[in-house]
Amino acid sequence: MSLTPQESEYLEKKIGRKPNHVETQIVAAEWSEHCSYKSSKKHLKILPRQGKRVISGPGYDSGVLDVGDGYVVTVHIESHNHPSAVEPYGGAATGVGGVIRDILSAGTRPIAILDGLRFGDIEKDMHARWLFKNAVRGIADYGNCLGIPTIGGEIEFDKCFTNYALVDVASVGFGKKERLIQNRADKGDFVVLLGGSTGRDGVGGSQFASDKLESENRSAVQIPDPFIEKLVIEAILDARNQNCIKAMKDLGGGGLSCAISETADALSVGIDLDLSLVHKREQNMSPTELMISESQERMLVITSHEKLETLKKICEKFHVPCSVIGRITDDKMMEVRSEKNIIAKLPSDVVANAPLLDRPSSVPKYLKNISSVEKPKTPKNLSQTILKMLSNPNIASKHWVYTQYDHEVGIRTVVKPGNDASVLRLDNGKFLSVKIDGNSKHCYVNPRQGVIGCFDEACRNVICTGATPIGMVDHLQFGNPEDPQIFWTFKESVEGITEYAKYFEIPCVGGKVSLYNETDNGPIKPTPLIGILGLIESKPLIPKKAEKNDLVVMVGLTKDELGGSEYYEYIHDIIGGKCPTVDMSSSKANQAAVLEVIPQDLVKSVHDCSKGGVGVAISETCIKNEIGCNVLLNKIPSENLRHDELLFSESHSRFLLIVDPSKIKKVKSILEKRGVQNEIIGKFSGRNITFKDKTKLVASVRVDKAQEKWLNSLGSLVGHG
Amino acid sequence: MRVAVIVFPGSNCDRDMHHVLTDVFKLESQLVWHTDNLPNNIDAIVLPGGFSYGDRLRAGVIAAHSPVIAEVKKMAEKGMPILGVCNGFQILTESGLLPGALLKNTSLSYICKWTEIIVKNNKTPFTNRFKPNQRIPIAIANGEGRYYADKKTLESLKKNNQIVFAYAEDINGATMKIAGICNKEGNVVGMMPHPERSAEQILNPSDAKPASLIFESLLKTLGVTA
Repeated sequence: MSLTPQESEYLEKKIGRKPNHVETQIVAAEWSEHCSYKSSKKHLKILPRQGKRVISGPGYDSGVLDVGDGYVVTVHIESHNHPSAVEPYGGAATGVGGVIRDILSAGTRPIAILDGLRFGDIEKDMHARWLFKNAVRGIADYGNCLGIPTIGGEIEFDKCFTNYALVDVASVGFGKKERLIQNRADKGDFVVLLGGSTGRDGVGGSQFASDKLESENRSAVQIPDPFIEKLVIEAILDARNQNCIKAMKDLGGGGLSCAISETADALSVGIDLDLSLVHKREQNMSPTELMISESQERMLVITSHEKLETLKKICEKFHVPCSVIGRITDDKMMEVRSEKNIIAKLPSDVVANAPLLDRPSSVPKYLKNISSVEKPKTPKNLSQTILKMLSNPNIASKHWVYTQYDHEVGIRTVVKPGNDASVLRLDNGKFLSVKIDGNSKHCYVNPRQGVIGCFDEACRNVICTGATPIGMVDHLQFGNPEDPQIFWTFKESVEGITEYAKYFEIPCVGGKVSLYNETDNGPIKPTPLIGILGLIESKPLIPKKAEKNDLVVMVGLTKDELGGSEYYEYIHDIIGGKCPTVDMSSSKANQAAVLEVIPQDLVKSVHDCSKGGVGVAISETCIKNEIGCNVLLNKIPSENLRHDELLFSESHSRFLLIVDPSKIKKVKSILEKRGVQNEIIGKFSGRNITFKDKTKLVASVRVDKAQEKWLNSLGSLVGHG
Repeated sequence: MRVAVIVFPGSNCDRDMHHVLTDVFKLESQLVWHTDNLPNNIDAIVLPGGFSYGDRLRAGVIAAHSPVIAEVKKMAEKGMPILGVCNGFQILTESGLLPGALLKNTSLSYICKWTEIIVKNNKTPFTNRFKPNQRIPIAIANGEGRYYADKKTLESLKKNNQIVFAYAEDINGATMKIAGICNKEGNVVGMMPHPERSAEQILNPSDAKPASLIFESLLKTLGVTA
């Protein structure tokens, strides 16, 4: 892949001459969709980015939020989809590595990893299983070695990901505000490349990721080395403490081309670079290969004349190779030399800022066909349906995955994976709750309402731990943006996120766009992912065991919104219908009510009601607490639904509160005072999960049977116990 | 009273251990980089968990050959209390300070979860506050955590009361469900589970008191009244 004729023309006009071969390759890497956001950038401008906690600065690769007492958290999200689809182990591992370095770039220590994984139908598709198993192993081997806990995430299987993989990784950092890297540079400062050596792995990776997946281009996949990454982290943090870093950037997509041009552009300086000084792992690498190699575990550091020796000593201590590869100049040019031969000389602002595109968009034709579907018949045996839903890989317990991840290292994880959201303790006595959510099924049926739902769900999950959402990151994953119908779904998604973010005043502090997620089977379903950070000022809600006679209070309205639900798709094989829609004002009221109840020690636990609906949410609660529950479906606040719809509707903005009977009065009075829809719908006891309509039995399953299905189905599919 | 926590390239539970020793149990502790000399005035040594040298070749084997281990051996001979946790245990077996070896778990996967171990020897510097057979809810996190020793070694372990901790359930295929052992003299203890992750109530899903007795045992050993 190279520049389009229009881009070549634009470049020639900008630099006033024809670029040479190396220059063309440098620009092509930086102007790839992956690095330049040329299709998406204009639309991303509408996202609200300001907020009272947001700290912004030049050249930050991650979002920075002030959490008080002189501390900040940083957050970033990225994907590694194309590489993971070809080589899942290395692709997923280097995906972790890349996002970790973005957190490090701000001068903060990475304290958590979350990952969102998507594959084809693993019940039927062996290739999807292979991708899944190896991606999980790649994340585990990399994250575990670094000693950064993988504390959560989400997994979805859908036929649209056949022969493909979405591997999204989010990372959170923590540090002192005063230690944030200031990102400035002065003429004469040194440009230092430190970390892994540069080889031919990952050459052209960002262009590879900016095209439909056609060939298994393994040389474009980077090779992971978590041990070097760990050393780089410690060396960088030591160098930060000793004030050796004036500016810093991770080497990711586009390699040196991207890091050099973007650093020079962001700091309004020039960089004079000598490629002969780069430490390499292979011989006879061409200048182009050196400029666009995406070899991993590398950082670019700008340091002053006075601090260079200290920096070198730190690198020596940690056995981290480093080379001084250039100097800062004041001409805003990136000059690439090999000793005395000038190989490329380009204005950095031209390289760093691709001409942006105005892609056409049009409403996808498929939406018309799926907007209304005939309702399926209610299954005769809803008890069996509940068991089947619990063994659905999209719903079943993910413990096979998260027990392979070290989620305790760092001793911050106070609410563990397997809960609605994980919670980390911070050094200032506060707590941070983190969750990522996506739902390609909802987003396919309705791109705008789908992403709003993901946003609402991620917020609900952190609220279940007692946290107030303080910031959001998004990751927008779509097919080929040159297809107007796909581009329309992208635009809808951005607008949906903006609408929710503005209404709830949650700033967007970072994000990423991944396009061209296509195989020969066609594009993936629109798969935007939302990551939410929530802050808890005093103490988190750590779920307590539900006991006999404890009550279940349902907050929120259950509606006839089965489109894109697991029930329609997994049980009835129906794609389409009306997908859940968030009523912003009642959602806000429900959230506020729950956040008023939690700090008063009135609830044992709170659960979000989403995938699989109330049927699944109640069953999961019973399974985890090893106790039965009697639920009255007729008590669920709803709009006249059938039994199966009441059980499995995925309407948003709903919470389940588990309450000791002695506290129910107080809980009810708060909910009533707040005017939110709520009802006591069930009571724990016995060994059966039972759903009744008044006195009529609708479904009943034994807790141990449900537990067996829910706990083991994913693990048994992938061959381990 | 001072505890040295040795840090190798790739150690990643060093800061956690330091926090628990210093902030939770008020033992003065110091992180010691593997190329530095051991401080003179130390009373105990901890080899923390992690992935020293990225687990290359075999977990713990490269660290076991670093110069600081020669000094640790001298201290071991003098009877100083030495605790190896997870990768620290692997380093102790690789360096010959403890017998046996740690192999890949039978699941062939990394396992991070909460389990229970049983105190089998309450005479070591790290277990002298326990009752015999007391249970400890504790976190494990390892890929190569399956203890293995040949028959002869096992017999001598039994004879000399060197089995310190056993899992309550078979978690990874470890011989005799061994979770931790000590040397003949009892002053060098290695364990796969992570006491530093389990001794604070907010982190431990069940009861943090038993795991905290590991540190309180050390306090008692060092003559600090808890």
